[in-house]
Amino acid sequence: MVHAFLIHTLRAPLAQDTGLCRVLYSCVFGAEKSPDDPRAHGAERDRLLRKEQILAVARQVESMCQLQQQASGRPPMDLQPQSSDEPVPLQEASCGAFRLAAGDPFREARTVVWLGVLSLGFALVLDAHENLLLAESTLRLLARLLLDHLRLLALGASLLLRADRIEGILTRFLPHGQLLFLNDQFVQALEKEFSAAWPR
Amino acid sequence: MGQHVLKALESRQPEGPSVRHLLPILSKVVSLAPGTLREDQTNLLSKRLVDWLRYASIQQGLPHTGGFFSTPRARQPGPITEVDGAVATDFFTVLSTGQHFTEDQWLNVQAFSMLRAWLLHSSPEDPSAPDADDKSEMEGSTLSVLSATSTASRLLPPRERLREVAFEYCQRLIEQSNRRALRKGDSDLQKACLVEAILVLDVLCRQDPSFLYRTLSCLKALHGRLSGGLGCVRALLPLAQFFLDHGEAAAVDSEAIYQHLFTRVPSELFHSPMLAFEFIQFCRDNLHLFSGNLSVFKLNFPNLFKFLAWNSPPLTSEFVLLLPALVDAGTALEMLHALLDLPCLTAALDLQLRSLPAPSERPLWDTSLRTPSCLEAFRDPRFQGLFQHLLRTKASGTMERLTPLHRLLQPMASCARVAQCAEAVPTLLQVFFSAVTQVADGVLTNHLALLLLERSDALYQVPLYEAHVHRVLSSQFLALCKLKPSLVVELAKDLLEFVGSVSGIHSRASMLTSVVWAVGEYLSVTCDRRCTVEQINKFFEALEALLFEVAQSRPSATLPKCPPQVITVLMTTLTKLASRSQDLIPRVSLLLSKMRTLAQSPATGSVHSEEDSEAICTRATELLNLLKMPSVAQFVLTPSVEVCEPRYHRDTNTALPLALRTVSRLVEKEASLLPG
Repeated sequence: MVHAFLIHTLRAPLAQDTGLCRVLYSCVFGAEKSPDDPRAHGAERDRLLRKEQILAVARQVESMCQLQQQASGRPPMDLQPQSSDEPVPLQEASCGAFRLAAGDPFREARTVVWLGVLSLGFALVLDAHENLLLAESTLRLLARLLLDHLRLLALGASLLLRADRIEGILTRFLPHGQLLFLNDQFVQALEKEFSAAWPR
Repeated sequence: MGQHVLKALESRQPEGPSVRHLLPILSKVVSLAPGTLREDQTNLLSKRLVDWLRYASIQQGLPHTGGFFSTPRARQPGPITEVDGAVATDFFTVLSTGQHFTEDQWLNVQAFSMLRAWLLHSSPEDPSAPDADDKSEMEGSTLSVLSATSTASRLLPPRERLREVAFEYCQRLIEQSNRRALRKGDSDLQKACLVEAILVLDVLCRQDPSFLYRTLSCLKALHGRLSGGLGCVRALLPLAQFFLDHGEAAAVDSEAIYQHLFTRVPSELFHSPMLAFEFIQFCRDNLHLFSGNLSVFKLNFPNLFKFLAWNSPPLTSEFVLLLPALVDAGTALEMLHALLDLPCLTAALDLQLRSLPAPSERPLWDTSLRTPSCLEAFRDPRFQGLFQHLLRTKASGTMERLTPLHRLLQPMASCARVAQCAEAVPTLLQVFFSAVTQVADGVLTNHLALLLLERSDALYQVPLYEAHVHRVLSSQFLALCKLKPSLVVELAKDLLEFVGSVSGIHSRASMLTSVVWAVGEYLSVTCDRRCTVEQINKFFEALEALLFEVAQSRPSATLPKCPPQVITVLMTTLTKLASRSQDLIPRVSLLLSKMRTLAQSPATGSVHSEEDSEAICTRATELLNLLKMPSVAQFVLTPSVEVCEPRYHRDTNTALPLALRTVSRLVEKEASLLPG
């Protein structure tokens, strides 16, 4: 099961502006088991904790992605906005996985699968023993859909205002964190459904 | 929450359109809170899942009608097809395609997607560890009794029926994954389905060993297909896991599978980050593999290191946990060499990729780096042997000195991937040493100490690498000495040689400091009765010469300043040796006063900072004062075992100086009390 999905900024390695890694969108599907704590946690406190956990994951993904790009000698990312007609180069996107130890930052050990496309990072936080092949292809699918339908890399596209569309994609392709075995035709059918519900 | 969903499921018609949306919620509920559903609810859902998985329609769905004006279509929707375009021959699965889908086909997809979680969480815990023997007996007897045909499955209770249907579904997926998909998306899905099918079969066999016989024949054929190089290599890992979990019961010769996995896969596919991660996860999940009857695969550590050398950032923390399981007294020395040469391995792997006869479409190596000289060296027949040793798949038992390669690969030392690997090595060295000291006997400890000293001068010159490694090696040398104090006496000849090789001072200051300190600490009769006065005298002379050399050296553009710690540790060690062989006391007193004078002279002031000069001066004074009372000196500097309480000697930075200061004050007070 997928515990969380997030989109965050990816800065070029050795970027001059120090800035911070920002989480642009996140959705937590699971719930952390906390049987030991008798105090009633305020909802606000839980929300803040989840936010911090997601930010910690985003920072690690950014660092892994930058290291991988440096190691493979790719030229620094071209952060110029794509024109909306150009196909997004997903085949060349960096991708990888790493493990989060128990307690850091989630209570249980989890695996993160990530994808870095130009200036955006996408990541899935999974339970420790998941089908990583399926997770990887689902993540690529989500990235393609989000980049195509929301034109996320275009100038002026404010991601924060389009959370409802992102949710529309997630409810269809990753309902409640369930990874789906969708062949090409199923994907097309769902995509048509989404386009009908959320016209561009 | 789950209760509501189940009520909804019970009340609605099976073909209700929104059932599709309820299944993921149910799956999540079951994963997060396994005990919430009652048995009758579980049975109901199992029955439904059976229907959706096995009896989904094999005709394509109708397209949504366009509206009032759409022409009624006369033709019927065709049958479902396989991913290679052929008409479907059996029941509907996630690898069946069509233009439009019916609702029950959607449910088929959902049901399979949640199948493994459902099987795991809806069954009661099977008795594991205590009944392990019983279980394998039962498996064995069941196998001998059962035939390949399935029983009259429709009469089975819901849970067993679901397992039977799940088994058939997985078998069908394995067959379907062999077809040649027309679209890339489908081809990727085939691989994911193959992995999932193996995982589900593993769960089924664990829950009901009667599946084992049928599963084994199916999976053995699959393995044959996969190891031939066709198809998805990543499926080899769950397959190997399956044979690990069930191989004993079925008496399968699974050796071939692990052989293929450990010898071929890492050397061919180290560059794939996802495979590397999954492979190392597999090793971590099965650490017992390396200590049990498959411990022969510990010998493949050079191959496993290739994953680390190429993908160090995500895999370093995993290797910290994996390395102790790989450490073995027989291969320890070879492993230490391999760890120290890890960045060199990274460079060699890069060259290997560039030299592949059939390069892949996307270059896997660092495209920004052009090193024609290194590539030439890689292809040069004179260095074939060394490169082959570096890139070996199995521990060879020999230890080649790779110093020529360090020189040849120097242009690549600053590339990013090599630098990332170099950063991981110090941590792994620490892990290695804490693991090896638990299995090392006296002889191995000596060899390790010698190896440390030897290699400290022979490292691949990655920026900052040498400094970090020296820090680890010098502290580990001291740890080895502490573990086995007689080491210093046994290796006296080699240590003497090390100390006498003056050229190494500046680049190996931390190593030298450790060695000199160890000599001072452990070259005594209390540590090893074989220590002779002659040895003490020889060391004294060598260290005295070294001290003069160091004190009078002037830093230049090429030689950095010698750290003051080297001077103070030399002085302290010489004093310690003198306290054990008291004929040397006058000599050392002379030496110390000379050092004090030197430290106060303006010439030294230009070399060392004021603080450093003062520290040297103070230490020399304290030692001189101590020597005025030889028996006290012996007590302080060569304490017997009973006196060596940790709390007095643990922090070597404060204990000895504290004692010296106390004694100095006493001596001065005494001097002031004397008449005249």
